[in-house]
Amino acid sequence: MTAPLIGDAVRAPYDLLAWLIGLWSDALAAVGDALGIGMLDYVFMHHALLVGGLIAVMAPLVGTFLVHRQMALIGDALAHTAFAGVAVGLFVNSLLGTGISPYVTAVVVAMLAALAIELISEVTDAYNDVSMAIVLSTGFALGAVLISLNTGGLAVGINQYLFGNLATVSRENAALLVVLFLVVSIVVTITYKQLLYVTFDETAARVAGLNVSWYNRLMTTLTAMVVVGAMQIMGVILVAAMLVVPVAAAAQVARGFREALLASVVLAEIAVIVGITLSYRYEATAGGTIVLVAVAVYVGMVLAGKLQSRRDVVEESEAVTGGMDAAAGGSAED
Amino acid sequence: MSFEGIPSIGVDAVETNRPGENGETDRVVDVVDLTFGYAAAPVVEDVSFGVDRGEYVGVIGPNGSGKSTLLRLALGLHDPDAGSCRLLGHPSLAFAERERVGYVAQDVTENTKRMPITVAEVVLMGRFPHAGFGRVTESDRERVREALRTVGMERLADRKITALSGGQRQRAYIARALAGEAELLVLDEPTVGVDAESVDAFFELLSDLNDEGMTILLVEHDIGAVLEHASRVICLNREVYFDGSPTAFAESDALDRAYGTNLGGRKGDSDGGKGDIDGRNGGDGR
Repeated sequence: MTAPLIGDAVRAPYDLLAWLIGLWSDALAAVGDALGIGMLDYVFMHHALLVGGLIAVMAPLVGTFLVHRQMALIGDALAHTAFAGVAVGLFVNSLLGTGISPYVTAVVVAMLAALAIELISEVTDAYNDVSMAIVLSTGFALGAVLISLNTGGLAVGINQYLFGNLATVSRENAALLVVLFLVVSIVVTITYKQLLYVTFDETAARVAGLNVSWYNRLMTTLTAMVVVGAMQIMGVILVAAMLVVPVAAAAQVARGFREALLASVVLAEIAVIVGITLSYRYEATAGGTIVLVAVAVYVGMVLAGKLQSRRDVVEESEAVTGGMDAAAGGSAED
Repeated sequence: MSFEGIPSIGVDAVETNRPGENGETDRVVDVVDLTFGYAAAPVVEDVSFGVDRGEYVGVIGPNGSGKSTLLRLALGLHDPDAGSCRLLGHPSLAFAERERVGYVAQDVTENTKRMPITVAEVVLMGRFPHAGFGRVTESDRERVREALRTVGMERLADRKITALSGGQRQRAYIARALAGEAELLVLDEPTVGVDAESVDAFFELLSDLNDEGMTILLVEHDIGAVLEHASRVICLNREVYFDGSPTAFAESDALDRAYGTNLGGRKGDSDGGKGDIDGRNGGDGR
């Protein structure tokens, strides 16, 4: 639905994307046939796994910078404004009889809200939870009102935006997500160093000549893209969990930043693939199942982190006590 | 936004004086008649001083005397209300060759975030302005190793920065500045939260770097440490009360005047004790 409306300019790239997604679908079907995995018989599951797998890369990619800037709440705020964006799309469609994908309007509205949050924080000189809570409630309220203004069928479909739905991930939605994924990962790759500097030490970054507020705006805009992308299967209410939980889990065990980034992607992939599989098998909602698996992974990582830091203390005391004692300490540890 | 197009200045540039070239002089920091306040009341007023290449200048003053603000102004992080600030020959606000200045912030024990990042990764940030949007190269990593060796931290390169002591953390931040080939090191109360033994070692490191040609501008609450190590002392309490050698400072009464004002009446009574203000540079040149 997206492509014809936006026009012929995106026809060719869209066809290419659709063809690639078709290839992915065929490949997964072949794997399913060969290994006898019944879940892979369905095209919607191919799309869900593609979308889930890409979300599990881009959400921690952006989330790592957010979490370590103590901006975890921004994902939640943007998700709720994205909900307003969905409502705007549905409202305009029913009013004018157009066929704009609600996800497109969600991207636009969420990115506007992202810039609004940045402006508020620049004017008030802080990311305060009050302004964030106001943006969050405003978004959700606006969404609720717009939907109630529409009569009939629309309210029925709203559940899929609130809680996400595996079965409704269409080829168009998957294509939109591939585009969002490409934008987010290319931008983060190019600006990795600058984002890291701003995240770790804002003042030193300013002394080093970085335009901190520009990078903050970039960060929140990327967050808006991730939120809308992940909304399809996670739902508005749980989407922020993908930005935060795998990152928090990785921070428990990683020493370095790059290591933490990679670990959070791996942990998110585990959560998504296990979560989607479980939700298919037991017919549970995908978003909730994925988050529960992610939280289970987090708890596991907290325990692993505790063990690791205990081992670090042992190593340190070995280093202090020297060679002979170190050998004895090493065997005792085993 | 971007660091591109900025020429890389080699380490040897630190020792070479290039007056005239690119309009540069030996004056690394040049502050003239500077006044600045966050609100209506000025935090620093009519302050003038300069730091020449190779100097080791310590700024002291009571709490709330505007020391840190002065540093931030010199670095171009604030826009002065009156007067001017120049950094390496250029107006501080518009200064573009940022990698030539290394900055170590106040109280790193408090302010270092609880995030997973290794010492080597922190030091590598010093190379980021040189790399811009390009890739970090092997020569960048070699600079990092070299900087870690200089501050005696090469064995801790793969440690988490949060697992270090306050003193070790400060060394890591110095290494970051060294890796960036900074010519000027600006430190804002670097010994807060650092144990006494590490403080001594830290000041020794600064002295060594200064001997090798590094210009150092330091704000410090520990007056004894500044008098012992710095080659010049600036005593500040909104205005400059003293600017001269540590020995001359010890003989003057600037300390009593600068700190006494502040104790006499924190607000409202700021004129008290400034009757002899005209003699404030009396200790100079003795």
